[in-house]
Amino acid sequence: MAAEITLDFQKTFVGRASITAQLRCPLDPPSVTILFGPSGSGKTTILRCLAGLEQPDEGTISVGDEIWFDATARVTVPPQARRLGYMAQDYALFPHYTVEGNVAYGLTGVSSQEKKRRVDEVLHLLQIESIARQKPTQLSGGQQQRVALARAIARRPRLLLLDEPLSALDAPTRARLCKDLRRLLTQLAIPSVVVTHDWTEALTLGDQMAVIADGCILQTGPPQDVFSRPRNAEVAHVVGIETVVQGTITEVRDELATVQVGTMALTAVASPTLDLDVFVCLRAEDVTLELTGSAETSARNHLKGTVQTITSLGALVQVTLDCGFPLTALITQSALRELNLCLGSDVRAAFKAGAVHLIPRN
Amino acid sequence: MNWTAIWVTCQLASLTSIALLAIGLPIAYWLAYSKWRWKFLIESIVALPLVLPPTVLGFYMLVAIGPHSPIGQFYTDIVGHPLPFSFHGLLLASILYSLPFAVQPFATAFEQVDRKLIEASWTLGLSKLMTFFKLIVPLSTAGLITGVVLSFAHTLGEFGVVLMVGGNIEGVTRTVSIEIYDNVQALDYAAAAKTSAFLLVVSYAVLLLVYAVNRRVWSVWPQK
Repeated sequence: MAAEITLDFQKTFVGRASITAQLRCPLDPPSVTILFGPSGSGKTTILRCLAGLEQPDEGTISVGDEIWFDATARVTVPPQARRLGYMAQDYALFPHYTVEGNVAYGLTGVSSQEKKRRVDEVLHLLQIESIARQKPTQLSGGQQQRVALARAIARRPRLLLLDEPLSALDAPTRARLCKDLRRLLTQLAIPSVVVTHDWTEALTLGDQMAVIADGCILQTGPPQDVFSRPRNAEVAHVVGIETVVQGTITEVRDELATVQVGTMALTAVASPTLDLDVFVCLRAEDVTLELTGSAETSARNHLKGTVQTITSLGALVQVTLDCGFPLTALITQSALRELNLCLGSDVRAAFKAGAVHLIPRN
Repeated sequence: MNWTAIWVTCQLASLTSIALLAIGLPIAYWLAYSKWRWKFLIESIVALPLVLPPTVLGFYMLVAIGPHSPIGQFYTDIVGHPLPFSFHGLLLASILYSLPFAVQPFATAFEQVDRKLIEASWTLGLSKLMTFFKLIVPLSTAGLITGVVLSFAHTLGEFGVVLMVGGNIEGVTRTVSIEIYDNVQALDYAAAAKTSAFLLVVSYAVLLLVYAVNRRVWSVWPQK
């Protein structure tokens, strides 16, 4: 059997949508799978089923050649026997133990020297040695998150499950810790499943992602592909970002970055902690279309392109252009008529520097 | 003051509290975490001594442990004397009578332990039993102390059950509350006053302890 996590199950609820999950995540090489969706979509329930904290009604869950759940054969491996690192959304640190005590909590059945060695090791890895003797209530949100991670990885789990690992943090801390988390996950090389509703986290952390809405997995694939090529309007609506391309920052001046995307140079607002390699992200509704030759506007970016597809979405129309890279714009039906657009038309796309989101990629 | 009666009472109350700590923990754990739909049947049985007249409880105890019942016969065969009107019989009745005073604070405390912490413990590989001792008990200490102290205090003052099951045997089953009754019957108001004052002070001190340990949560009945 292939080294992968296979989920194929259903769970029904009274009074809300049932959950149907069919998903495969490779274990080798260890990768990070993102469960992405709005709140209430069922992504946390899928994660909890994987952790053994909830049971599906039908189907199977297997990891490698171990079967963790099989409704027909009545197999349910308890969470204790799954060798997991599970991190709940609010971290669930034990208030009556110190940081050290929390990290050592799951290290049962090892000698006290080995226990101390492993606690020191993860405290060092997460750079939280200085707070080792403090109680969780004395810690900041970012510190609590690190302690929860340390506790989850101290047992050397075979699978790491993180439920909204960054959502309890304030925005600046979140951006900083997101990069740290990616580095840590790469370093640990433990297969991981991460639940998030934030597309910047999905892009930064994920090797592949599954988009979930109303209890169904709508699309799976590498995050960049899913964001830039949503399978249908529903996925596009859920992910909320249509253009994701790879770029390289060539210059930063006056807090504006020049980003090279293929042969095109774009202007974006630079954030202070950026690597040179970035994902360039644009929302379709931030892109306006204008006829070539019309007057310049305040927007910093003007790109010539040809119309590739036109998809009607009710009052709005989604137009994809080839500007050297694929670019999606969302315009009204009346604008489409006024511009007299059809497949192959030449058109100019415009968007403000502030509409370009730069996400680090490694 | 009759120190023999005080000694018997203290012994009875202490042993009752200790026994209820051992018996009450598993019952409270089950009440707090079971998802069985008929759980309320058991909850009501545990709470029954709160509303039942002690004489009724005592009467059924007498019948249940009397020499004609299987339990009573079994006990007599092994120990050599019948259970009713012995210290052990009295202890057994006290444990039943004070059961809700221990179980309900325990169960309330267990219910207040955050479910997420328990789940975190399970995913860290700790069995349900280990989780109970390493997580649930330490986070429930206030409730455990409340339960033990309340059952101690409740046993100190019990009267009807003692009279029904224990009788009134000096040095064996005569407790402080019976002593006061006897004093009043004998019109010895001075002795009754002394013993009453003693019981009042002890009860007040015990409740002070409960409130001091646990200022916010003092509940005889688990709050949902």
